[in-house]
Amino acid sequence: MSASSPASKTNRPLSPHLQIYKLIPTMAMSIVHRITGAALYFGTLLVAWWLIAAASGPGYFDFVSGFFGSWFGILVLFGYTWALIHHMLGGLRHFVWDMGYLFEKHTATRLAYATITASVALTLVIWIVGAVAR
Amino acid sequence: MVELALPKNSKVNAGKVWPKPEGATNLREYKIYRWSPDDGKNPSIDTYYVDADDCGPMVLDGLLWIKDNLDPTLTLRRSCREGICGSCAMNIDGTNTLACTKGTDEIDGAVKVYPLPHMPVVKDLVPDLTQFYAQHASIEPWLETKTPAPEKEWKQSHEDRAKLDGLYECILCACCSTSCPSYWWNGDRYLGPAALLQAYRWLIDSRDEATGDRLDNLEDPFRLYRCHTIMNCTQACPKGLNPAKAIAEIKKMMVERRV
Repeated sequence: MSASSPASKTNRPLSPHLQIYKLIPTMAMSIVHRITGAALYFGTLLVAWWLIAAASGPGYFDFVSGFFGSWFGILVLFGYTWALIHHMLGGLRHFVWDMGYLFEKHTATRLAYATITASVALTLVIWIVGAVAR
Repeated sequence: MVELALPKNSKVNAGKVWPKPEGATNLREYKIYRWSPDDGKNPSIDTYYVDADDCGPMVLDGLLWIKDNLDPTLTLRRSCREGICGSCAMNIDGTNTLACTKGTDEIDGAVKVYPLPHMPVVKDLVPDLTQFYAQHASIEPWLETKTPAPEKEWKQSHEDRAKLDGLYECILCACCSTSCPSYWWNGDRYLGPAALLQAYRWLIDSRDEATGDRLDNLEDPFRLYRCHTIMNCTQACPKGLNPAKAIAEIKKMMVERRV
């Protein structure tokens, strides 16, 4: 805005946005896709830490495995599993959209609900199968 | 840039509660964003009570009832009152739509009315759309041809004409663009769903001969590719159009011309 603009123009407030916009399923899934994507960086560090521990020797590996086996470690790994699955399903959703399909607004909303339902369900299945196979 | 909070001069305060109209038994509560350039104050939310028995069914009817009976200073744009001019686009009950086609019976509780989101406010419910119109102009929304003009009209088959359905109906109300978080954060560089829907409308017009130039103009990390398929545009469009799909089709054209 140029310095010569009248005060009434330069002082214009910005209308409310996030503060007032109703959170709808497609918007929520976009936000969660971003958050889970960021969480995967952290999760990848955990995988790297585990691999480094394996390469360092049995003592350190036992320590790291102990951490991952603790209630807190299990909680973090459970969250990492969900973030991974959710982000993957979100990625597949974007893949379908990139092909030009499923853009109809009610379809897109159903797809948003399907993403969150499937990610939670798949995460539980992975952990149940993991627990049974132990 | 992503700025989640409002700037200091834009923070919204509690406003005036206007007296209930006398003798009315069927009251409808309205909470309306107010800001005047003349008093140096921050925006506020005023509360009004409308006599629903004396008022039409649409949100626009309620706003005009307030303007006629309670507060003539309430400022808004409106014209056709039938969803074809796009003037009364605003944020109602948390979603962008046209006040004239939004029924008050679709809303639970108080009718909350704000100007279109993340825009400079001229007064009350009137946003400054200068940049929005400039972005529309930047996509050159007119027929461009290189071959000599025919003696009569430029002809088009029924099939090619049908490709424009769902695109030409756009009334440029700005509901879609101002619903888009990408447009909120990067509205200075991202063209937004409305301008991109119109860009696609000319890209697939069989008579247009500037397709390559049009795509060149859009091949940009911001102008086109800030769209992350959040879908707020399509969910908001009061005309039932699908800007998100149009943008996806442009992205496909970008790929197709390379392979």
